[in-house]
Amino acid sequence: MKILVAVKRVLDYNVKARVKSDGSGVDLANQKLSMNPFDEIACEEAVRLREGGVASEVIAVSCGPSACQETLRSAMAIGADRGVLIETDVGLEPLAVAKLVSHVATKEGVQLVIFGKQAIDDDAGQAGQMFAALMGWPQATFASRVQIAGERAVVAREIDGGLETLELKLPAVITTDLRLNEPRYVTLPNIMKAKKKPLEMIKAADLGIDIAPRTVALGVSEPAVRKAGIKVADTAELVKRLKEEAKVI
Amino acid sequence: MTTLIIAEHDNTALKASTLNTIAAAKRLGGDMHVLVAGGNCAAVAQAAAAVAGVAQVLHADAAHYEAHLAENLAELVRSRVRSDAAYTHVLAPATAFGKNVLPRVAALLDASQVSDVIAIESADTFVRPFYAGNALARVQSKDAIKVLSIRTTAFDPVGAGGTAVIETLAAATDLGLSRLVGREVVKLERPELSAASIIVSGGRGLGAAEKFHAVLEPLADKLGAALGASRAAVDAGYAPNDYQVGQTGKIVAPQLYVAVGISGAIQHLAGMKDSKVIVAINKDAESPIFQVADYGLVGDLFVEVPELVAAL
Repeated sequence: MKILVAVKRVLDYNVKARVKSDGSGVDLANQKLSMNPFDEIACEEAVRLREGGVASEVIAVSCGPSACQETLRSAMAIGADRGVLIETDVGLEPLAVAKLVSHVATKEGVQLVIFGKQAIDDDAGQAGQMFAALMGWPQATFASRVQIAGERAVVAREIDGGLETLELKLPAVITTDLRLNEPRYVTLPNIMKAKKKPLEMIKAADLGIDIAPRTVALGVSEPAVRKAGIKVADTAELVKRLKEEAKVI
Repeated sequence: MTTLIIAEHDNTALKASTLNTIAAAKRLGGDMHVLVAGGNCAAVAQAAAAVAGVAQVLHADAAHYEAHLAENLAELVRSRVRSDAAYTHVLAPATAFGKNVLPRVAALLDASQVSDVIAIESADTFVRPFYAGNALARVQSKDAIKVLSIRTTAFDPVGAGGTAVIETLAAATDLGLSRLVGREVVKLERPELSAASIIVSGGRGLGAAEKFHAVLEPLADKLGAALGASRAAVDAGYAPNDYQVGQTGKIVAPQLYVAVGISGAIQHLAGMKDSKVIVAINKDAESPIFQVADYGLVGDLFVEVPELVAAL
């Protein structure tokens, strides 16, 4: 079976986001952009399923500007067999991404699509579930263990207070949580190999899919900054202050 | 104008997150309907009917709603919303439950969801954090039906005093796409993280899973606190994932947050910086956690924490 992995290019997780002075958004100019960490986990899981003989091919898909080719090359360096970029300069909301990915999933006839549970830029946490809804497929979000058994996927997922295990009929959608796996270290030979793998470019405008934003950004601001308090000398002073000053214990 | 609120519950009782979500719905104005879908959950429907301000409770009871699987639940919400043109908003808490089901509902309604709403300015204008809370966006939704997930810590729960009508909603056919095989839920002796008024949280500084528990549990017991952890501690295997506080874990805002051996990475601060009082215990005086702490104690946590327990 074929697996599709959706990957997003985001501000690197080590870089602190700064709001532009005119309040129009977050400043991405000259910043390091990388693959969303949860999408790396998604790639790793798909590649492991192929290495384990469960999947025959892993296809990585990304939606966005031309620079997202880099992110697809990163996915191929982890081990994806090929990449598909749906190119557009329109600012995409998760619903639009879900629609574009469903075009690729249908065309490629995949049995499993893996998304990261959220992208660390917009923190929306929507694309996987929306894609599942559009396709009418079952979903297992926040996955921490995945097994494929015949026509079914058995997925343990993180819930409040523990785990629950779901059995899904394939084709299905999984979104990854932190503990699903630890993505491999990407080696230089694999980076070189990834450069030669096929990467298909599709213009989003040619697909006739409605990807226009449904929300208007009225402005972006920095949250109120919390001021540093004081350093206490010892635990006795701490307890005294918590009791008498803060009155929280 | 009517808002449909998807209730989070365990088939026995309404979760507090539902009350925060109803509080947010109140800010929108208009009627409030609460959907209670589950298995043998009549008691929950009654509890929802007693919440102040709720006009109507929609009670859907069937075996295939018992596990709250997203596929059946989302379809139930879609058909209800489509059946009555009065619906303008659909809300759910931004908890593990709401995050799972609500985007599915939004896509079925061809609507763009606004996640993690922390303020409601009008019926179509909302504020939400993104980039791990380093930026706040004001967004206006143009969708006919607005779908919002609500950050529970931003809205004080509504109280009792309602006398809503309970309407039985016919169950839709089981889609049969997914099945709950089992749950492994750890029964906690302590308060639940998202509802606790005091949280003791540990980071990589604890060094090992045994130490995490040996050092922090006596403190949590003494304070009647919930236990939390940084992503670094979860990654290192010191604590289970549902302890995780931060951008990719739980967002909390207790009265008192005690950060032990936590350096204060951006993604952790995103999950706890709205706490009323923050205490940090860390041996590195330069740790970023001290920039947000009301009270900082620089020292070896293995010495300071037991001392603190003794001093309480």
